Amino acid sequence: MKILKLFLVIFFIFPLNNLKADNEVLKNKITKNLRCLICQGQSVYDSDSEFANSLKIVVDNKINEGLSEKQIYSYFQSKYGDWILYDPLFNKNTYFLWLLPLLIFLVGGAIIYKHFKKLN
Amino acid sequence: MKNKILPLSIVFVFIIIFIVFYKGLQNTNIYTPESKTSFEVPSVSVKLFNSDEIINTLEIFNSDKFYLLNIWSSWCLPCKQEHPILMELSQNDDLEIIGINYKDTKKNANDFLKDLGNPYDNIIFDNKGTNAIEWGAYGVPESFLINNNKIIKKYIGPLSKGSMQEIKLFIK
Repeated sequence: MKILKLFLVIFFIFPLNNLKADNEVLKNKITKNLRCLICQGQSVYDSDSEFANSLKIVVDNKINEGLSEKQIYSYFQSKYGDWILYDPLFNKNTYFLWLLPLLIFLVGGAIIYKHFKKLN
Repeated sequence: MKNKILPLSIVFVFIIIFIVFYKGLQNTNIYTPESKTSFEVPSVSVKLFNSDEIINTLEIFNSDKFYLLNIWSSWCLPCKQEHPILMELSQNDDLEIIGINYKDTKKNANDFLKDLGNPYDNIIFDNKGTNAIEWGAYGVPESFLINNNKIIKKYIGPLSKGSMQEIKLFIK
């Protein structure tokens, strides 16, 4: 009987703990990608300002409400603009930003390719 | 000709870099948040300060009057500074002033209002600071002028005499 009780306790606590830990990991990931707007050069995760602490609570609430990571980012983006995200979402304002490195890589590759072709 | 292209392009790139950095130096490095004013009043459940009643924000801003939403706290010094302006604005019948009491205790907030007067028609109690986030606020004090469920003007920091005149002009 004791073993059964123990088993039941472990059975019920373990997955809940896991869930909580998953949420914590997600929360940390999200808050590390949110800029603390009133502190310079700090993420919400790093900052202990009033603003950052409130944001952490909101992120927690949104995760508990079942919102996905992307939905949480767009929620904050709708309130504070793109600047709040360290990793800007891919949209019409950020096409250039995201595609520029690829473009530079391709142009650079083309130059190198041409150079070697000439040498050969 | 070919020999000249390389040094010329290097000089050209350096000139561009110089211009970019020179312009950048002249920009202020103090970040001023972009005032997003086009968005509507967020629909969220809030707790009222006086009655502890939980209602939706849309119930507060339901008429076509002008509303001034003011985020304040008893521990915030600039809030004390702007308080006389709020008191003066509260004389205006066409304007309803709604407060969000930010990360405060009821006792301190009540003492603050007793000492300096209460300009608010209604107060939302936000002891965790999460309601202020719904409004896209950064801290205290901050004020939003609202009409027909739309935020038409946002004031970051304490209200000044200039902003008071502006609010009066809006209402007229």
